[in-house]
Amino acid sequence: MPELSAPRVLVVWCPDWPVTATAPEPDGGPVAVVEAGRVLACSDAARTAGVRRGQRLRLAQRLCPGLRLRDRDAEAEARRFEPVIAAVAAFTPRVEVLRPGLCAIPVKGPGRYFGGEEALAAQVHAAVAATLARGWEEPARAPEPSPEARPEPGQGPEPGSGSEPKSGSRSGSASGSRLGSESESESESRPEPGPRPGSASGSTSGFESGSAPGAERASEPTSGSGAASGPGSGPEPAPPPPSHVGVADGLFATVLAARAGVLVPAGRTAEFLAPYPVAALGDAALAELLIRLGIETVGAFAALAGGAVADRFGPTGTAAHRLARGLEDRPLAPRPEGLDLTAEQLFDPPERLAEPLIFVARTLAEQLHTGLASAGLTCRRVSVEVSCADGAAAARLWRHEGRLSAAALAERVRWQLNAWQAAGTFGGDAATAGFTALRLVPDELVPDRGRQLALWGQAVAEDRVERAVARVQSLLGYAGLRRVDPAGGRGPADQVARTPWGEAPATTADPPPWPGRLTDPSPTVVPRAPVPVEVLDAAGAPVTVSGRAEVSAPPARLDLAGRPLAVTAWTGPWPAVEYWWDQARARRRARFQVAVADGRALLLTVEDGHWYLEGAYD
Amino acid sequence: MFDSTSPSPPGFESPPGGGELLPALPALAPLLPGGGLRRGAAVSVEGDTGLLLALAAGAASDGAWAAAVGLPDLGLVAAAGYGLDLGRLLLVDDPGPHWPEVVSALAGAVGLILLRPGGPVAPQLATRLTAVLRRGGCALLVAGAWPGAGLRLSVRSGRWFGLGEGYGQLRGRQVEVAAQGRGAANRTRTARLWLPDEHGAARPVEAAEAAVAGPVRGSLAAV
Repeated sequence: MPELSAPRVLVVWCPDWPVTATAPEPDGGPVAVVEAGRVLACSDAARTAGVRRGQRLRLAQRLCPGLRLRDRDAEAEARRFEPVIAAVAAFTPRVEVLRPGLCAIPVKGPGRYFGGEEALAAQVHAAVAATLARGWEEPARAPEPSPEARPEPGQGPEPGSGSEPKSGSRSGSASGSRLGSESESESESRPEPGPRPGSASGSTSGFESGSAPGAERASEPTSGSGAASGPGSGPEPAPPPPSHVGVADGLFATVLAARAGVLVPAGRTAEFLAPYPVAALGDAALAELLIRLGIETVGAFAALAGGAVADRFGPTGTAAHRLARGLEDRPLAPRPEGLDLTAEQLFDPPERLAEPLIFVARTLAEQLHTGLASAGLTCRRVSVEVSCADGAAAARLWRHEGRLSAAALAERVRWQLNAWQAAGTFGGDAATAGFTALRLVPDELVPDRGRQLALWGQAVAEDRVERAVARVQSLLGYAGLRRVDPAGGRGPADQVARTPWGEAPATTADPPPWPGRLTDPSPTVVPRAPVPVEVLDAAGAPVTVSGRAEVSAPPARLDLAGRPLAVTAWTGPWPAVEYWWDQARARRRARFQVAVADGRALLLTVEDGHWYLEGAYD
Repeated sequence: MFDSTSPSPPGFESPPGGGELLPALPALAPLLPGGGLRRGAAVSVEGDTGLLLALAAGAASDGAWAAAVGLPDLGLVAAAGYGLDLGRLLLVDDPGPHWPEVVSALAGAVGLILLRPGGPVAPQLATRLTAVLRRGGCALLVAGAWPGAGLRLSVRSGRWFGLGEGYGQLRGRQVEVAAQGRGAANRTRTARLWLPDEHGAARPVEAAEAAVAGPVRGSLAAV
């Protein structure tokens, strides 16, 4: 997919930001920020002494006995990076902060405005460097006493731990750590991140010889001097923290370019990436596998055929392969959260009549559909909301599922308004107060995957039925009209589910068998809630059923809502112990069929000593 | 909203199925003038839900949709037993005072409406609704009285079989159904039916069965 070339991105990188964000040591001594017993970041002085990211604390202290430790302060990292973001945001407001210490902007617009990528990179770098220099004077003057600083450790930790191979196998440990900082280790694993691609490019390409990278390098000695003034640079004020700027195609390549401090010309990102080891792709498992397969550099990986990579490594491999070829695996700026697709029209002055709202509804519906389509979404339901000048408001949900056209949606708004007016929802003075707003709010957004008419066995609702259903729903509400779905169960009420039209059935029909299910014929009347009933024996005493399903006496009379009925025949009890494994749903009851004197037969249930009418046969 | 001034939307001209009559179950056909339910006419079924469901099952057998308005405690499993397609049934359990609007909204879309009105029905309202039903080609089955109903059906006597004194299970019910119409159908027709039989369906009582059908001890007869 080379046609999907990645957009140009500029990345600003402030190295060792966790260290920079804490107060610097006045004497420039070695510092490391630790988290969970391992080194998260370290100063140049410590790095010179052999401290590495991801190292165990003990090993770091053994390598560098003067190492001062700080706990990580994520809040300070974010706070101190804020001025840098502000400086970059002066060039374009579309700053994407990858994490404190690393931010990116798209080059396309500002690059043109500021006179080309080189000029933009130089200006951004100058602005960031100025910000860092300004921002650090204050904390350098008044260094907060770091309470987390631990006392100097003893000279030699246990010799056993000193021989841990962590420093040797750092690519593995680093990539196993958190995503946010993993790439810092990459630069450390390569002692000279910048020169290495540059030296390789001596044979492969000439873009390093461009004027812009040269300018970048010229601006870099801030960091170089910082590194040089490492351990032994007396009490002179701490230098401002270094920063690097890189430009390339796509975010991934640009982060690497920023570490190297180079400007990669458009379309040559793959060349730039080629000399990096495959671990730079950020997928430890994939990198390990590739190395074992003999593919050690990103360039060698990129040279593989895309189809073969997809076959062998799946989607993650494909994404890595795209990165290796200098393409984009994800867009730079994510879609803003809380996507608001509501279509709204305010009426000022308030609109007295319903007709203008109906007229506007069509436009709003088109607006809503356009918004949904551009986001590749569809909605399960649409909420039609109307506000009135007197503060009254009404809302009603409508089934949508991508099957309503703008005209059909507008028609539903008309029905809804008519129904509300007929029902007097807006009170008496709504006509005088008027409507102030009409809103169409999409509910339950789902990816638009097209529309399937119906599954097998599910009746296809004709258009006329859909329209009639919509009109009934406008009168009675969304749940006012239901359809029937088969459900699993034993009792007559359990075997069907009444689902509001447009909703998927809550439960799927459990396949038979249901042992103990009532056989045909089934009761023709099933009350929504069981009706209490009194069952008496010939002596007038209540009939009870023992735990062993024995009846105390044959039932002779019923008292159903104050109406006495003589029992002419009966059968039972049929015990039903359901869901005994589930405390919340467990039920234990017994059923009776009873024929009574008015020609009907009844289905009775006894549960916890109480009798209920569960169904009637008539 | 339900009055005759509301125009029926385009595409509603031809009722589904086309014919003048909705079919009925073979067992019930002799009771009905012409052997089926007349589109646009109301049939009143007094007191017996099983008879209502059996009539609906036949009428909805040709793929038409049916709707039950104001009948929240309908035994849907029993309805399926008579042959009603539950996949084409709409339930409006609680229409409240809006039941006339609901009926008129559904009249153009479904072939059959089962209705229990929320209260006594004024004759003018019945006339207006009947006009809407006739235009939509929809038959109405009313559980209860309906002014100007073309046909009134009721169960005269019923007797359940299968239950004893503490044993057995319900196997079926023999009923005598009476149908009385107006005008040409004024003559009362009766039929003896299994409503339902042991499979939950409806079928006529054979002459031989009437004698056989009483193996159960005790008298279950009731009027």
